[in-house]
Amino acid sequence: MADRFDSVPDVVARLREADYLADTNIAGVVYLADRLEKPVLVEGPAGVGKTELAKAIAETTGSRLIRLQCYEGLDESKALYEWNYKKQLLRIQADREHESDWAEVEQDIFSEAFLLTRPLLEAIRAEEPVVLLIDEVDRVEMETEALLLEVLSDFQVSIPELGTIQGKQRPIVVLTSNNTRELSEALKRRCLYLHVDYPDLEREKDIVRVRVPEIDEELAEQVARVVRSIRQLDLKKSPSISETIDWARTLLYLGKHDIDPEVIGETLHVLLKYQSDIVKARKELQVDGGALPAARPG
Amino acid sequence: MPPFNAAKLTDAVAGLGEPDGGGAGFGSDPSMLDVLQGFVHELRAAGLPVSMTENLDAMRAIEHIDLGDRDTFKAALGATLVKHHQHWAAFETVFDVYFSFFAAGIAGDELSGEFADAAQAPPEGGGAMGDVSPEDLAQMLLDALMTMDREQLRRLAAMAVSRFAGMEPGRPVGGTYYLYRTLRQLDFDALTARMMGRAREEQREQMAGDALADRLQQEEFEARLRELRDIVEAEIRRRLVADRGVEAMARTLRKPLPEDVDFMHASREEMQALQRAIYPLTRALAARLAQRRRRRNRGALDFRSTVRHSLSYGGVPAEPKFRHPKPSKPEIMVVADISGSVASFARFTLQFVYAMASQFSKVRSWVFIDGVDEVTRFFQESDDIAEAIQRVNTEADVVWVDGHSDYGHAFEVFHDRHLLEITPKTSVILLGDARNNYHSAQAWVLDELRKRARHLYWLNPEPIGYWDTGDSIVSEYGVFCDGVYECRNLRQLEQFVTAIVDG
Repeated sequence: MADRFDSVPDVVARLREADYLADTNIAGVVYLADRLEKPVLVEGPAGVGKTELAKAIAETTGSRLIRLQCYEGLDESKALYEWNYKKQLLRIQADREHESDWAEVEQDIFSEAFLLTRPLLEAIRAEEPVVLLIDEVDRVEMETEALLLEVLSDFQVSIPELGTIQGKQRPIVVLTSNNTRELSEALKRRCLYLHVDYPDLEREKDIVRVRVPEIDEELAEQVARVVRSIRQLDLKKSPSISETIDWARTLLYLGKHDIDPEVIGETLHVLLKYQSDIVKARKELQVDGGALPAARPG
Repeated sequence: MPPFNAAKLTDAVAGLGEPDGGGAGFGSDPSMLDVLQGFVHELRAAGLPVSMTENLDAMRAIEHIDLGDRDTFKAALGATLVKHHQHWAAFETVFDVYFSFFAAGIAGDELSGEFADAAQAPPEGGGAMGDVSPEDLAQMLLDALMTMDREQLRRLAAMAVSRFAGMEPGRPVGGTYYLYRTLRQLDFDALTARMMGRAREEQREQMAGDALADRLQQEEFEARLRELRDIVEAEIRRRLVADRGVEAMARTLRKPLPEDVDFMHASREEMQALQRAIYPLTRALAARLAQRRRRRNRGALDFRSTVRHSLSYGGVPAEPKFRHPKPSKPEIMVVADISGSVASFARFTLQFVYAMASQFSKVRSWVFIDGVDEVTRFFQESDDIAEAIQRVNTEADVVWVDGHSDYGHAFEVFHDRHLLEITPKTSVILLGDARNNYHSAQAWVLDELRKRARHLYWLNPEPIGYWDTGDSIVSEYGVFCDGVYECRNLRQLEQFVTAIVDG
């Protein structure tokens, strides 16, 4: 199979085409994922672009993105495959008049025509290049994780009635986790591990400029500096990259080209979502917000 | 594991600079494999669980990358060998030591000779920099910091280390002292102020005295200075490694992982690392426990729902439905000794318990030294746990006579005031080393508490070996408890909390 990327710098450049700014660490791991054909487990705080990374890889390599959103209670029939039992019933009923023997029917109803593919099986059977995104894998129970192991290490699925289905090509697999629980060692061992954190000042500024093209450099720099300052506070929830971007957009809508304490005070609720965090940030940054947004009439 | 050979490391790294050094053949280069094995060995010694598979992955990974590129190389090793984010700091330290030859980059050649020069020459004016005065050096450094010229910074940092660190070959040190000496000579602490002064001069036309702008500017300079500090530290490490060899250096720098740091002997930096580790840990634990509780036992038959679902089976109740029981959450009372030696332990445990408050129906807390004071109010008034802990330390009324631990008196007062509030739903957790300064134990109080409470636990931050030595009377109390646990680090604290939520 042709490699998707030539080198680490190539990864950076191509992800940039998809408006994703990767640092060396991210690009290095993506490159290795492609070369070693191993899944990548991406961990980090909410809103630092974990899911975006998978989307950007799909976009820049021209692959189809297949997404498995994990949740508590996710099981085989939702993640892998399910027999279409309604159709099977119909088939059996339709067969009553012909009275063909059972073995034949059984053979028939457990064929691929009666198989409902779910994201994992779909990714395995895909003919075209695919990026498989297994989102928020920390939400499934420990026991359900085991279901992923066969797919992740050998890229195959065993269906008792059909045998083992082997992947036609090796997709890039991205798993994301918000780290609400520790994932099993078995899962981690099969993956390359990538921890994505809040970006440094330069990268955040670049991200803002890419995502909000109308912004001028001066304002982007100021935005990034204020956000860095807020992240240094001891908060319940630090502003994420997406919140930084929202804030930059807000400032533009308000027609601001310069950040002053008053503006920050008024728009802080775009960056911070806990009242106690907002109060703390106001105090620390010495910005006066006047009335709190929640207390305003209307 | 064959002993690590420093000479081979030098050979291997020397090969890195060559233009074709990044070819696929490199992974099979025996010297590079040796280096990598030494590296993995050291990671394991530092406590990281590196499996065989991961080790092999790392070897495969470096075949694919350009070994001349330090950042990519680091990314490759990190992605294959480190699967827990809290282990990253330990990984970085080991990486910096093992591959410090990378760090120098541009300055490598011109400086490798200088260490020897500087070591032999008298401290004042060594080698090529003899004609640069300390004032000039400081001035150049300031200039470089203002424009953030990294190459220049690295050069100047190397110069500063040669001149000021006063490194003596062969001494088994980690370099903290050298770092401190170098930074002091550069007047590091005053640099922010000087940079701020310079910045104000440059933009005098702009309005001055804007607190926010000042703050942002200052943070920018502080970030630059952190970078400078890292550069100086890397430079010192590089020279130490060159002097003493990789293995010895790695051993000197080996530190426990955050979850294994002893509460009672944590340094200030380790405290901060603990502080950062605590929140994600509690969040993960809370999620796991909540999930387990939800699934553990199902309740009585839900008749209505069963009939409703039977419709899809033609009226046959084929799929019985059960009510979800509302699980009872334990009520927690924490009584903590906060005298000097165990204060940080009490602080972490309180923080941990309150961060997990959603897992308990109610949390109340008391602190004592020889007097006892309820501190629940601090946690109720603020939803910022760190702030509440701060207030506990400063405002709680815990001194009765002389401010030396008196467990007996504290327990007695607690008994008189609160015994009736303890119900069969309450778990009482006592925290402390039970070093009672030879006061009377009043252990009967614990017997009374035990009779009323659902559980009574004792957490002791001392190693088991120290229990009942000197004035420690933990066993005297322990006989009345459902369990006495050694709780010296986050790992043990986490195990304990898991156990009580279940019970």
